[in-house]
Amino acid sequence: MKPRASGTGHPRFTAGSRSVSVARFPWPLLVLVAALLVPALGSRFYTFLANDVIIWALFATSLNLLVGYTGLVSFGHAAYFGIGAYTTGLLMKKLAVPFVLAFPAAGVLAGAMALVFGIFCVRLTRIYFAMLTLAFAQIVWAICFKWNEVTGGEQGMPEVPYPDLAWMGRLPLVRDLRTSDHFYLLTVLLVALCLWILHRVVRSPFGRMLTTIRENPERAEFIGVHVRRYELAAFVLAGAFAGLAGGLFGIFNRGVFPDFAYWTKSSEVLIMTLLGGMGTFWGPSVGALALILLNQQIVSYTQNWPLVLGTILVVLLFGFPGGLAGAIELFGRRLWRLRRA
Amino acid sequence: MLEVRDLTKAFDGFVAVSRVSFDVPKRSVSAIIGPNGAGKTTLFNLITGHLRADAGRVVLNGRDVTGVPPHELCRIGVGRSFQRTNIFAKLTVYENVQAAFLSHRGRGWNLFTPVHDLYRDETLTLLESLGLGARAGEVAGFLSHGAQKQLELGLALALEPDILLLDEPTAGMSATETRETIRLIERVARERGLTLLFTEHDMEVVFSIAQKITVLHQGRVIADGPPAAVRADAEVRRVYLGERR
Repeated sequence: MKPRASGTGHPRFTAGSRSVSVARFPWPLLVLVAALLVPALGSRFYTFLANDVIIWALFATSLNLLVGYTGLVSFGHAAYFGIGAYTTGLLMKKLAVPFVLAFPAAGVLAGAMALVFGIFCVRLTRIYFAMLTLAFAQIVWAICFKWNEVTGGEQGMPEVPYPDLAWMGRLPLVRDLRTSDHFYLLTVLLVALCLWILHRVVRSPFGRMLTTIRENPERAEFIGVHVRRYELAAFVLAGAFAGLAGGLFGIFNRGVFPDFAYWTKSSEVLIMTLLGGMGTFWGPSVGALALILLNQQIVSYTQNWPLVLGTILVVLLFGFPGGLAGAIELFGRRLWRLRRA
Repeated sequence: MLEVRDLTKAFDGFVAVSRVSFDVPKRSVSAIIGPNGAGKTTLFNLITGHLRADAGRVVLNGRDVTGVPPHELCRIGVGRSFQRTNIFAKLTVYENVQAAFLSHRGRGWNLFTPVHDLYRDETLTLLESLGLGARAGEVAGFLSHGAQKQLELGLALALEPDILLLDEPTAGMSATETRETIRLIERVARERGLTLLFTEHDMEVVFSIAQKITVLHQGRVIADGPPAAVRADAEVRRVYLGERR
């Protein structure tokens, strides 16, 4: 297999002046500002869509820590999303715990469960690892589905309350927005914070150790990397951030249901990651945006949405193995060359 | 420095390494030779903890290290290169060696410091000494075979080993590359006061730099001593050197 440059390349060594100047442009800040403006400029529907995209972007990015950076393909990432959603939902609805506590609790509990399951999962590799993550996820789903007294079983747990955002009503500019818009703004800020942390992590020495494991676990072991322990740490981190995404999603969705932890959710988030490109940090977010918008558009034309999606995926995987983010990068480079020529 | 005693390993009844014993003196250059399938790589894997021995002991500087896993072994001074080139193909040359520094100096659990400039000077100095300084920014997988082998040597050296185990360091190289690589390894070993243990198929290389040679045949040691003695050994001539005429 031909090696490709990974997303961890250093502009100082690998690229000319173009990448450096483009990389210096504060893209994330621009996106953040644009996202914050959606309620003011767009309709209620667009705010709803944007909220959906942003939460899934965090979910997919957390998965990418495993798939893209550590080389572990998890088929059961929805388990932690579900655990997070139930944690925040239960605490806020049944115990009236404030959001400031219920939200971090989602990350803590999901991370703790990821630690328990991960201890077993990282003992296996490749397809066996994937199958075991799936098995644990199905157990989580079954518990959510059957444990009527706590989770509401099949019926789920509707009417999770919004957090108390009265303070936003006192701020200028956003004073007149709806509660759902206030929650959207809160989501944007929290997800931005989480993505910032994850970005720091993948650019840290720890992140570099994970990429050595992805590239060559045997060699990693012989530069002194305790491979299993790092894999477990990545698994816990990924689970914790998936849990935070789940916590937000339960509130956004106005209810928590067992299918949050079902395998279809796991495959959906995996598809987003592949679609957007697992080679880059922002790829999964692009994938979340693309998948949700495509879904929205195509469903209104045809019932055969899965067929269309399948075709798009096949074309993308063969034509642009780097996903949408990889394709954008490639076209950007071509365009630049044309402009200079 | 390194003592191997009665090391034995069988795979499904096939005895790959059988009661192998030999010593590697401090600061020496020692070689293990033998025909294909003699058990050289298995022996290396037993010494470095990639495989678990059925019997026998490996003693490093007086400490029993039998069965110590690789990630611990390389903290106590054992560096290793692999027969099939073993690097991090999609990372740059710089990132490869830097990763080894990070791991060895215990910085791997740092989750929040930007990684880019950590151990920058150490990394670039080491790459410079291996003749890879100008290629720091290149993706490692795109390097020539010879350069990848040099990079792998860099990964091993970043761990500041006392003893370096090289499994066929010149495998698949042209005659020129082989000569250059051997010169490089010799120089590095001298500069750093390393103990070297290597396997090699090129007899010219072996007899030119090894001070001590252990000959394996069908998993057993059939000769062990200075090059002249090994060259004169009747059994070695029969099973190994002889077949090359």
